[in-house]
Amino acid sequence: MRTALRWNELIGATGVTNAAVTDAAPRGALVRFENVTKRYGDVAAVANISLDVMDDEFFALLGPSGCGKTTLLRLLAGFESPDAGRILLAGEDISQVPPHRRPVNMMFQNYALFPHLTVEGNIAFGLRQEGMARARIAERVREMLALVKLEGLGPRRPHQLSGGQRQRVALARSLAKHPRLLLLDEPLAALDKKLREDTQFELARLRERLGVTFLVVTHDQVEAMSLADRIAVMNRGAVVQVGRPAEIYEQPASAWVADFVGDVNLFDGEIAAAGDGLVRVATRTAFQIAVAGSAPVGAAVTVAIRPEKFMLLTQRPEARDNCLPGTVSDIAYQGGVSLYRVRLDTGFVVQAAAANATRRGAVVAAGDRVWLAFAPEAAVLLPPGEAS
Amino acid sequence: MSDIPQTGQDRRRPRRERRLPGSRLLVVIPALWLIVFFLVPFFIVGKISLSQTVIAQPPYLPVFDLAAGFEQLKQDLASLSLDAYGLIASDALYLFSYFKSVQVALIATAILLCIGFPIAYAIARAPRRWQPVLFMLVVLPFWTSFLIRIYAWMNILQRDGLFNQMLLALGIVDTPPAWLASDTAVMIGLVYSYLPFMVLPIYATLERMDETLLEAAADLGAPRWKAFWLVTLPLARPGIVAGMLLCFIPILGEFVIPDLLGSSETAMIGQVLWTEFFSNKDWPVASALAVVLLALLLWPILLYQRAQIRVTEGPR
Repeated sequence: MRTALRWNELIGATGVTNAAVTDAAPRGALVRFENVTKRYGDVAAVANISLDVMDDEFFALLGPSGCGKTTLLRLLAGFESPDAGRILLAGEDISQVPPHRRPVNMMFQNYALFPHLTVEGNIAFGLRQEGMARARIAERVREMLALVKLEGLGPRRPHQLSGGQRQRVALARSLAKHPRLLLLDEPLAALDKKLREDTQFELARLRERLGVTFLVVTHDQVEAMSLADRIAVMNRGAVVQVGRPAEIYEQPASAWVADFVGDVNLFDGEIAAAGDGLVRVATRTAFQIAVAGSAPVGAAVTVAIRPEKFMLLTQRPEARDNCLPGTVSDIAYQGGVSLYRVRLDTGFVVQAAAANATRRGAVVAAGDRVWLAFAPEAAVLLPPGEAS
Repeated sequence: MSDIPQTGQDRRRPRRERRLPGSRLLVVIPALWLIVFFLVPFFIVGKISLSQTVIAQPPYLPVFDLAAGFEQLKQDLASLSLDAYGLIASDALYLFSYFKSVQVALIATAILLCIGFPIAYAIARAPRRWQPVLFMLVVLPFWTSFLIRIYAWMNILQRDGLFNQMLLALGIVDTPPAWLASDTAVMIGLVYSYLPFMVLPIYATLERMDETLLEAAADLGAPRWKAFWLVTLPLARPGIVAGMLLCFIPILGEFVIPDLLGSSETAMIGQVLWTEFFSNKDWPVASALAVVLLALLLWPILLYQRAQIRVTEGPR
């Protein structure tokens, strides 16, 4: 913790700060959490979170189960009220507004479709609460059914639908009232892989067409990255990083984020030499690694390198920097890419990934001697910390 | 070509046949039970209701005797008549008793619903760890004999019983009123005895209900009372209907409670039936009363089944 505190000053050059968290929110913030805390007994499910969600944005809350992301969503929907702090929607404090008066709709994880109502009845439910005229409701229900491509299924009941159809009914129901903000709780978790990919694009298309702000909660980093404009990574009730998907992936704020969002190899060590925008890190595994960035000599650091950033060489390259000799111990063939577990000569095992660009399969076999090369810019200098 | 698929088929066929006899037996057992303990007795009662009263053992004629030959049997069949039903239709006492029974059963069921639903709702919404305890409290009275509990009520409702003493002590009444031998006492006894039959099925449906449905309703703009009306109540309907049937049907034919707590001048059909059987020894009329009662009970059951089908099959 001691070192972590110093870090914001130390590594200014790499840009690894929680800038997005602490930044003053621009005018376009639709949702603003201000120092929001929610406790269950002694446990703070959400601990002093401040966060902005912009208007017309696809925002994702990403984190492992129990990190507080669902609590944050429920606070916004109004099913929970914060113990401290304020929640602003379009500048208005809604912390004490009951859920049925909030211009926010939610798509539930289990869809929560009313089993005693038809598909039409489900979609019309919210509209009826508004006291909308019958003819208008019927028209809107038809529109929504067309939007989610469920024309003709209106008279069915939820139990007569497939999982994917139910998901779309839930989506139609939550969009029927034209909410300013749609909350989606693990929207794709119950779908199988193929359907999931289709639905991902479908969601993005819908959002752009309707201009509704989407706030999605997910534990799946691939889902979050492919869906969202911005992601807030959460852990233990706190937001640990906010940023665009590429920022989170390529410039993680901590070893924990680096590890949670995708695969990563982490090397602990300390700065041996610094200068010219480059530091040399003496890692505990006895390698010296050159990394782009700046930090004072002697500072403890963690270096993160993504598997695909390694170049897998079968011959010793001429450049001596950032070239780790080792032996392939395992290969996991995944079709498009193969994952290689490489036991470095120091005994440390790292993971490398390479695209299977030709149809000849992997050029490397288990037991082969390899060299893992990488550019100083491909590695990320992080404060020392635990992986997730 | 055909070798491999064929062995596959051979392997599958005996397995399917092995399962069949067992599943057939499963249908046969309840069917047999119904035939032996419902259908056969029902036909006997139906036959007696078409017979004539005589002072004999058994106290009706004809008595079918297969040993007497086919001609005799034909003669016996011809002597069956609807006299007992005619008697029931002509005497206002019977009609009044039916009417009275239906009235009491309807009122009692309505009261039971009004008391039972809130109790079931409260138990279902209570903290999880309390639910088994509360559930036990509802079932607990069953551990004492039904008859003893009704006798206890007689005691409580006596002129100098616990109930009047309480009313006097609270200053609600000056002179102790008579509770026993009144419709009020019957109603108290009925509601007390049948409450678990109303509470349990409603609790079962409410307990099963997914509470995120109420959150969804709130999210879509329904205040609590409206979510209750539009979601909780419709979803509890199977339980409500089951509870109402479980109360209405036995109350309609109830004998013990009106006999012990009610007055003799307003007899329910169960009491009339008892009198015909045991005091008047008029088995044909008693049997006819029972058949009509069954016919009366049939339509709420049919209504219930239709409602069930509508729930499971959806509209159309």
